[in-house]
Amino acid sequence: MTARDAFLKTSAESLLIDPILRVQNLGVTFDTHRGPVTVLNDVSFEIRPGEILGVVGESGAGKSMTGNAVIGLIAPPGRMSSGQIFLRDERIDTLHGEDLRRLRGKHIAMVFQDPLTSLNPVLTIGQHLIETIRQHLPLSERQARQRAIELLTDVEIAEPAARLNQFPHQFSGGMRQRVAIALALSAEPALLIADEPTTALDVSVQAQVIRVLRRVCKERGTAAMLITHDMGVIAEAADRVMVMYQGRVLETGPVRQVLDAPQAPYTQALMAAIPALDKPLRRLPVPEVGRAAAPALAPAAPAKPSSAQTLVQISGLSRDFDLSGSWLARTLARQPKRVLHAVQDVSFSIARGGSFGLVGESGSGKSTVARMIAGLTRPTAGRIVIDGHDRWGDPASAAALRRRFQMILQDPYASLNPRWKVGRLIAEPLEVLGLSHSADETAERVQEALRRVRLSPDDVRRYPHQFSGGQRQRIAIARALVSRPEFIVCDEPTSSLDVSVQAQVLNLMKDLQDEFGLTYLLISHNLAVVRHMCDTVGVMQHGRLVEVGEAQQVLTAPAHDYTRALIAAVPDMRRARTD
Amino acid sequence: MAESSPSLSSSLSPAPVRWWQLRRSESAVLRALGRSLTVQAAVLVLLLLCGAALFTPWLALQNPFDPAGLELLDAFTAPGQAGLSGATYPLGADEQGRDVYSAILYGLRMSLFVGGAAVALSLAIGVPLGLIAGYAGGWFDTLVMRIADVQLTFPVLLVALLVFGIARGILPESYRDEMALYVIILAIGLSEWVQYARTVRGAVLVEKHKDYVLAAQVIGRSRTGILLRHILPNLLAPVLVIATISFALAIVAESTLSYLGVGLPPTQPSLGTLIRVGQGFLFSGEWWILLFPGLVLLALALSVNLVGDWLRDALNPKLQ
Repeated sequence: MTARDAFLKTSAESLLIDPILRVQNLGVTFDTHRGPVTVLNDVSFEIRPGEILGVVGESGAGKSMTGNAVIGLIAPPGRMSSGQIFLRDERIDTLHGEDLRRLRGKHIAMVFQDPLTSLNPVLTIGQHLIETIRQHLPLSERQARQRAIELLTDVEIAEPAARLNQFPHQFSGGMRQRVAIALALSAEPALLIADEPTTALDVSVQAQVIRVLRRVCKERGTAAMLITHDMGVIAEAADRVMVMYQGRVLETGPVRQVLDAPQAPYTQALMAAIPALDKPLRRLPVPEVGRAAAPALAPAAPAKPSSAQTLVQISGLSRDFDLSGSWLARTLARQPKRVLHAVQDVSFSIARGGSFGLVGESGSGKSTVARMIAGLTRPTAGRIVIDGHDRWGDPASAAALRRRFQMILQDPYASLNPRWKVGRLIAEPLEVLGLSHSADETAERVQEALRRVRLSPDDVRRYPHQFSGGQRQRIAIARALVSRPEFIVCDEPTSSLDVSVQAQVLNLMKDLQDEFGLTYLLISHNLAVVRHMCDTVGVMQHGRLVEVGEAQQVLTAPAHDYTRALIAAVPDMRRARTD
Repeated sequence: MAESSPSLSSSLSPAPVRWWQLRRSESAVLRALGRSLTVQAAVLVLLLLCGAALFTPWLALQNPFDPAGLELLDAFTAPGQAGLSGATYPLGADEQGRDVYSAILYGLRMSLFVGGAAVALSLAIGVPLGLIAGYAGGWFDTLVMRIADVQLTFPVLLVALLVFGIARGILPESYRDEMALYVIILAIGLSEWVQYARTVRGAVLVEKHKDYVLAAQVIGRSRTGILLRHILPNLLAPVLVIATISFALAIVAESTLSYLGVGLPPTQPSLGTLIRVGQGFLFSGEWWILLFPGLVLLALALSVNLVGDWLRDALNPKLQ
């Protein structure tokens, strides 16, 4: 059967089955003291039994608001201003009180982003499940227990009977999220709303949660609404996709059709802005609504002839953390010392003007390496030599290095002091490092740094919270640039940003590298971003560097098993699903 | 880049920054004032009370500290009536023929001074201790917090009484009355610092793990610099709230100590002493001796709390 036949068959089937959820012309308005603000406008969609509808869009697009409207959870001053919502031909947006409460949980269930906070830490997993089952279904304690075991088996939890008596903290993040899915399914709901269910999880765990979610929905015929900003997750899990932007639906269609041949210009640009593992570009196109996708850009030039000159040389770097109790307590309890080897014997070098990418799961020791290079954590063993100066050698060379080194941190919402104005924030490195001789010179250099990151010089008088996430990260980059460093460590610089903003920031970082000959150490869990930015890549696992080499080589033909597993686990929106 | 497009043209020729533009955030504080009627009323009351305390010698009808100026015959004159000596007492007179209105003015002055000085003292002790304990941790943290825990097990008044008793023992007798004012400030200040130290320490523990502290460490700012310039401004809100509450509490504590007879001598009446005196006459019909100082104390404590709450919000750049 050809793909076309399959497509015709499924669409013919779907025409025969009535949708479980039908949303028509949904509008949500917030009444503020400056007048009503429309956050959702004319949103219409349907979900059929067993179908997973992926809802994608940037932050603020109205994805979560749509999910909340379906379950009747719009917080005041918001209200539903227009439209109708039907669950199996029964109108549900007019329900309230006891009827609405019965609807939630029994007919519509939710899975939230953070499985750590959505499960009650003082109740066992069994108590969670059995209580929910008995609340919705007329079952005895024993029957409910049996059903709980079946549910846990269904979401692939090993030894479910024993696991029932354990508490949430005894489960790993991915297992907790699968328990949350079991909990949501315990009352056999017709519709499951999953709001960013894998965002808080590591890549390798994410894949399993997606697979479980997809399988249980297919088997039970549960309709699901999967809200996420990650196109890879959509490609792996969803049957159909709805793309949202600024509270409106831009496009709805089968998943491969939307991802491979998007119709709306915004969707086209959004797809192009996502860095690909296999197809690196010199620059990423930046989506702007109302404008057609940028013409295909020239592919990346083959790796620059790397100058043999080494700027950063790291050899035998190790760091242990002592996790045992105090000396006295340990001696009394006769416990041995417990030591965590966070980083073990890591060695690599970065060429001047080059970019080195360090990848790995959380807890692999990437950030500890960055902290040691930044001079924040003292290594247990090993040397960090930057341009001939030993980082942890005599204080004089460490001080000299400070002027030539800068760091960009992950979360621009946390890394800028909320009480300081932008001008003072950017000027701080000049002040502390004693690089400026007069107030005029400081002002001059701050203005220049702002221009470099395409912000207005007038912005010095504003506070960080008055800027968007992408603008804040550019402020952080301006702050890093103002001392004219040679070497910049970027710790997950774009992982808290939307795809389109990520494209802007990555382009800016490349431009600045070309202009000033900067050297980057980029730490990221996002392999595609590392592929886009770096010429050399190191892969870390359990504190060890398991593979180092040219980015092209490592990410397309990995030599180490762990690298292969890591690449396979990344949900790739350009890869067709095999099931 | 949609975000920055309006600024690209202006970025070529940066406009000079004028001083009035720099002061925009201060005027935002005043703009916030215009929004709430309650806050406006509280600020007005507080300004009135402070003004009254400042200009007491010109506003008072008589000097209640000068026994020669008192008319014993006019004792217990009701509010607004003329006494036997012919003088009129707007808020009545007490058992010594003292004008209650004038006594309140002088008492208000004393109470404001005691409250302000006691808060300043406990701030000066508690905030640095909390900052260092929270940031440095280790033995210093343990030491300060255990002392604080021990002190918390004693009621505030008991600590104040203890300080008062020790001070009396140390000071020579001839200085006692003269130094009573400073001893009571010391007693209240030493009993309130724990609140500041504990709150500041807790807030520092939260703030010091934020990325902006890390960013300051990366460029090599010293620990003192990070504490004073980065962390301290972010602690303003909780400290301000405690300060307003403990300002009102300090005034009440002074009243209580004076009531117990260990506070200010009768020659230096505060609002607290006036209330203590007035309480004795409540059931014999001379209600004005108690009521008016009580109302002034209430207005003072309430307006300080309201203004403190407003300042906390107005100084938060996120709420402007």
